[in-house]
Amino acid sequence: MLIPFWRSSLLSLALLILFLGAWELALRSSAATGGSVVDAEYAALVGAAAAQGGQTPMPMPSEIAARLWQLLRDPFYVRGTNDQGIGVQIAYSLARVGIGFGLAALVAIPLGFAIGMSPLLGAVLNPFIQVLRPVSPLAWMPLALYTIKDSSISSVFVIFICSIWPMLLNTAFGVGSVRREWLNVARTLEAGSLKTAWRVILPAAAPTILTGMRISIGIAWLVIVAAEMLVGGTGIGYWVWNQWNNLSLADIVIAILMIGLVGLLLDRLLGWVAGAVAWQE
Amino acid sequence: MNHAYVSVEGIARRYPGATIFEDLWFGVNRGEFVCLVGHSGCGKTTVLNILAGLEKPSDGEVIVDGQAIEGPSLDRAVIFQGHALMPWMTAEQNVAFALSCRHKDMPRAQLRDAAREALERVGLTAAADKKPSQLSGGMKQRVGIARAFAIAPKMLLMDEPFSALDALTRGALQDEVARLVSEADQTAFMITHDVDEAILLADRILLMTNGPDARLAEVVVNTLPRPRMRATLHKLPGYHALREHILDFLITRSRLMAQGLPADWNPRHAPEVRPGA
Ligand SMILES: Nc1ncnc2c1ncn2[C@@H]1O[C@H](COP(=O)(O)OP(=O)(O)OP(=O)(O)O)[C@@H](O)[C@H]1O
Ligand SMILES: [Mg+2]
Repeated sequence: MLIPFWRSSLLSLALLILFLGAWELALRSSAATGGSVVDAEYAALVGAAAAQGGQTPMPMPSEIAARLWQLLRDPFYVRGTNDQGIGVQIAYSLARVGIGFGLAALVAIPLGFAIGMSPLLGAVLNPFIQVLRPVSPLAWMPLALYTIKDSSISSVFVIFICSIWPMLLNTAFGVGSVRREWLNVARTLEAGSLKTAWRVILPAAAPTILTGMRISIGIAWLVIVAAEMLVGGTGIGYWVWNQWNNLSLADIVIAILMIGLVGLLLDRLLGWVAGAVAWQE
Repeated sequence: MNHAYVSVEGIARRYPGATIFEDLWFGVNRGEFVCLVGHSGCGKTTVLNILAGLEKPSDGEVIVDGQAIEGPSLDRAVIFQGHALMPWMTAEQNVAFALSCRHKDMPRAQLRDAAREALERVGLTAAADKKPSQLSGGMKQRVGIARAFAIAPKMLLMDEPFSALDALTRGALQDEVARLVSEADQTAFMITHDVDEAILLADRILLMTNGPDARLAEVVVNTLPRPRMRATLHKLPGYHALREHILDFLITRSRLMAQGLPADWNPRHAPEVRPGA
């Protein structure tokens, strides 16, 4: 059964309103009955956390919305190294993911191509891949920090390491399972290996490769937050950690929302490319 | 058989513990249409792949134009059973890809025109910009035929090219291939299960015994006059005798001969029969 888009969106919206409403009401009622009553104006001035003297009540959706508005009015300000807008922080994270993921693609796709074409190379590299792939990318961080001696480049390296595996394996699989029929067509046409790789194998494997890239970018975006929490400095992960130290939970909820939205956007972007290279038998 | 364009000399295919076929000798002359008929599994596809240069025989060799086959060649085009079109290319791009392999320096616009022309010859002008998934089975096979003819090969190899099609489409495509082959005086080798198809198209029909250890049992010379038309084929003198002969072979003799060949049977010169004459 095909559900009209507007109907499902309407229901999604209703669910969201219900959820936010329940959240708001629950906190309001607990604030009314619970001991700490804070003057609203004072709270607005110094922030809820400070007003309650170190206690950190869960922010209400309305407070979060107000804070979000405040953050988004000027997302790209830079006031010193420790005080930069949320847009700047996200841009830092995106840049690291972009560079790490891009470098990983530059290595993984040609290498995966070679593995897919040569079963011998695949068999030789397989043990290394199988052992390294399940390692949490963050486990590489100390080694990276020690050798690279730069926290920012180290996070890029961690992104590189975690993005490489799905792309490598998917490329190898996609290239290795190109229909023998098509390869035979290319052979009987004496197409040459470069032309066969470019015009036959690459387009045939492209959907599988794109699936790998999509998995990789998802993982990279998951890992960058953790990596930046670990090494600090800049980026959305560092920002989240900073807001936790400031006990500003509203900011953390906002960061979660932002991370989710950017992740969705990245996935959509690659999904769009995947659609462009998809083929149907 | 020194004047033959293709000369198959004692080829065999063996796997550990199994011999598929053994000691196969035959030739294909220039401009001749040869059909290979035999039961499933006797190794017909393997023979065709060896002729195409896609596989190597376990024994023996194939001489084409005086030279042993080393690998695939543009001179021997293959029409595959499952059309084998690239699904990410349009019909025109599929043909143009083949053309670009034949004419390495041809500019893009010229490739396009040549591809369109090749598609026009099989009546597919309207489908040029469609992807294979948007075409019917018969149209896809037509594109495959256009692709094979476009590169003007010296020989055409076809592995049951119409077996996946319905009877009507198959008939139309048989006529199409017959026309294209006679227009180009094309040398052709085709595998088929369809006796009428063999009678319609072939000058000679090679009959293989059942596998394993299949042999070339007999060469049937098709003496029916050309041009042959599908609609009037069964009215030609000798048609019934020819058909009876091949059917009889497929139903009983292919099995009997697999158990034991006649004493005077010579693998280098399988007996030639002319049942229609
Ligand atoms: N690796 C292998 N080991 C053993 N036998 C094999 C192997 N590969 C193929 N065969 C056998 O080789 C035989 C020939 O296969 P081939 O595809 O050439 O037959 P065919 O005559 O074209 O059959 P069909 O009419 O069904 O297309 C088959 O019986 C198959 O079982
Ligand atoms: Mg076959």
